[in-house]
Amino acid sequence: MTEGGSLRVLIVGAGPAGVRAAETLLKHGVKPTVVDEAPRHGGQIYRQQPDGFKRPPRTLYGFEAHKATRLHQAFDSLKERIDYRPNTLVWNLWRNVAHVAGPKGTDEIPFDALVLATGAMDRIIPLPGWTLPGVYSLAGSQVALKYQGCAIGQKVVFCGTGPLLYLVAYQYKHAGAEVVAVCDTARLSHAAYLMPGLLAGGSTIFKGMWYAAWLKLHGVKVLNGVTPLRFEGTDRVNALRLITGRGGEKTLACDAVGHGYTLKPETQLADLAGVNFGFDTMTRLWLPAIDEYGRSTVEGVYLAGDGASIAGADAAELRGELAALALLKDHGMAVPNARMVALMRKLGRLSRFREALDRLFPVPATDVHAINDEVVVCRCEAITAGEIRHAAHELDAGEVNRVKALTRAGMGRCQARLCGANIAELVAHARAVPLEAVGRLRGQAPIKPLPIALTRKADALWALNRPDEPWSG
Amino acid sequence: MERLETEVIIVGGGIVGCSTALHLRQRGVPVILLEQGQTGAAASGVNFGGVRRNGRALEELAIAARSLEVWRSMPHLLGSDCEYMVTGHLKLARSEADMVALARHAEAQAPFGFKVEMLSRNALLARFPYFGPKVLGAAWCESDGQANPRLVGPAFARAARAAGAIIREHSRVSTVARDGERFLVVCGDDREHHVEVRGRTLINAAGAWANQIAASFGEQAVMEAWSPQMVVTEPFPYFLKPALGVVGGDVYLRQIPRGNFIFGGGYGDATLASGRATVMPKETLGSCELAVQLIPRVAEATVIRVWSGFEGITQDHLPVFGPSLTTPGLIHAFGFSGHGFALSPGVGSIVAELATTGATDVPLGPLSIGRFAKESAETPGR
Repeated sequence: MTEGGSLRVLIVGAGPAGVRAAETLLKHGVKPTVVDEAPRHGGQIYRQQPDGFKRPPRTLYGFEAHKATRLHQAFDSLKERIDYRPNTLVWNLWRNVAHVAGPKGTDEIPFDALVLATGAMDRIIPLPGWTLPGVYSLAGSQVALKYQGCAIGQKVVFCGTGPLLYLVAYQYKHAGAEVVAVCDTARLSHAAYLMPGLLAGGSTIFKGMWYAAWLKLHGVKVLNGVTPLRFEGTDRVNALRLITGRGGEKTLACDAVGHGYTLKPETQLADLAGVNFGFDTMTRLWLPAIDEYGRSTVEGVYLAGDGASIAGADAAELRGELAALALLKDHGMAVPNARMVALMRKLGRLSRFREALDRLFPVPATDVHAINDEVVVCRCEAITAGEIRHAAHELDAGEVNRVKALTRAGMGRCQARLCGANIAELVAHARAVPLEAVGRLRGQAPIKPLPIALTRKADALWALNRPDEPWSG
Repeated sequence: MERLETEVIIVGGGIVGCSTALHLRQRGVPVILLEQGQTGAAASGVNFGGVRRNGRALEELAIAARSLEVWRSMPHLLGSDCEYMVTGHLKLARSEADMVALARHAEAQAPFGFKVEMLSRNALLARFPYFGPKVLGAAWCESDGQANPRLVGPAFARAARAAGAIIREHSRVSTVARDGERFLVVCGDDREHHVEVRGRTLINAAGAWANQIAASFGEQAVMEAWSPQMVVTEPFPYFLKPALGVVGGDVYLRQIPRGNFIFGGGYGDATLASGRATVMPKETLGSCELAVQLIPRVAEATVIRVWSGFEGITQDHLPVFGPSLTTPGLIHAFGFSGHGFALSPGVGSIVAELATTGATDVPLGPLSIGRFAKESAETPGR
């Protein structure tokens, strides 16, 4: 149907999913455009250090060094043959045109098909003191180390849940920081029961166990089944107060905390593309609806990797390739069906692993129901749990967009990427309704803040589209 | 299936509808309001937030004056000031022709009892030293102000409910008709969610959707749906107190004490059937440029959100306000053409007066739907 050479495909994101999608398309004669916010490809997990930094892959990526290297090499070998735009943000979509902002200002990229490989970000649950200096997100702590070679502090506590907790703690300890403790809200008590699923992930689970064992061996406290209570300190965090798995309270002195509760997909562009979302009961998040290949509900829009749902880097590589194959097939090109079947089989195994992992490290999303009124939930606009509850009760706001309109919660620079799920939890709890009944915050451009100075480098010619009115405004 | 009886049925839960409901309840009149989405969430909730008389069409000034009384009474009336602040409004000129137009309009507004002062570029810069070279002068109205649109509709809805109004959200009207001496309004398409409301008086406050109701009674305005686009930036040190407009209306800008710039300009996709007005990115960039031309420091700010909403804009940019010419008991209040926010609290008070006494001392003649009788026969509204 379509000649490969004339098909315009835009891939957003140059992490594992985006890179494999680009590689697959190119292999079939389609030269994609790849837009990525980062200065260098690799995504979050295989983020590359700045030019001039010389740490070896093993230091940066641990057990995954070979995978990182393979992915970097794959993209390095093809980036000259495609339209690759690093340091560039897709800030809005309008029909089949992506509006981008990058080093040269703003630009438009028309496309026939769109692959969103937008990755994931930290999931945070607010606690008293979480906005104190010295309290970082978990993946943010990892980025500081992996990218700039900086630690968030000298005496660090990691808290939250998920496999990343152990990996980041290991990396910090290995880099020479004092890691006071790893505090996991998960009890890990049914690890044995989940073992069949966990083994579906191959050696991954053993690497996780190895990190935990290594940490204990090197004097790091590993606490499971904890309930974090608050971050203490006045100008800066100086301790984490928690309830241990055995029920006693404990204070861990520190000068920095990295906290995070697994990851959540970055779905803003899918939202702007008009993709349908469905409520996921396991993660208590709204996720883009896709078929098993990555096709969304909007024709020509495909999702791959953790930007669609969290499945990890290995799955992201496979999903990137699979979505690209589905795209090619949908555009009438011959694709190897056997390869698609093989990818599906591998992904099936990884999804069993992911399910077991989700059960092993359940996100205590409903913990936010219990936070005090004084705790800030929306950090950008400094909106407290009390203000959100007041809107839900006294101002009769039963829907999250209405709560946002009345309180400003979720209206700041992060546009509710960080606080949206927590706002919804608070509203649902305050109104005693199921979480899905309070709706979903509508996505609005720009998906990340857009400096006006950047827009002015662009051709500012503006075809006026307006009624001719003398006295408005 | 549900049957309801009332005195006054209001279709549309924007500020006009909700203010009407409150003012009717203050007069003791039973009222049911039907809103297709959430109250105050369409044009009422997503507009610029200007509360001004400066540069306003003369035909609207009596309504604006009534509305100002309501704005001033909001803390008492609604328990919230809805962030209404008297900050002044500058209507800016970017050409000599603009200056002439401003001066002429200021003169025409003079008999209406509020002060508008013409400022040359030097006089403007002496008081407001932040304008760019393209701004040549302004009309300054100290008594104008601004408010937070997101708060106003819901606040009126809450006050109306507390005063006994029945407000049904998520109730899309499917049919409006006469039923003997009364009006019959039907919501919902399927049997299960079918609601029939009967009442003696019908208020058409359905905004961009209102022409469908008018057409059911054999009359129409020449009106199109447009979607003005808005931008908000991250907070920036607060320096810009007055709200700004320009001759020609292609950009309007204000800063709130929290520091965010809010500005509008350009129009997005406004297909009513799609249910959502979407933002056209090119227009966002265009409005950024126009805003920077007014105040160069805006270039240092960062856009964090853009949005849009449906506005019913009539052929002459004046609202359709007053009794129906075909159907006794039907009152229209729609088509505020992108400048209804300031007027709508007062519109509710005037509609309540009309609905209960049959008259008002606010001159509405020029705003009658009858002015479109000839055109609408030829060009049906979108």
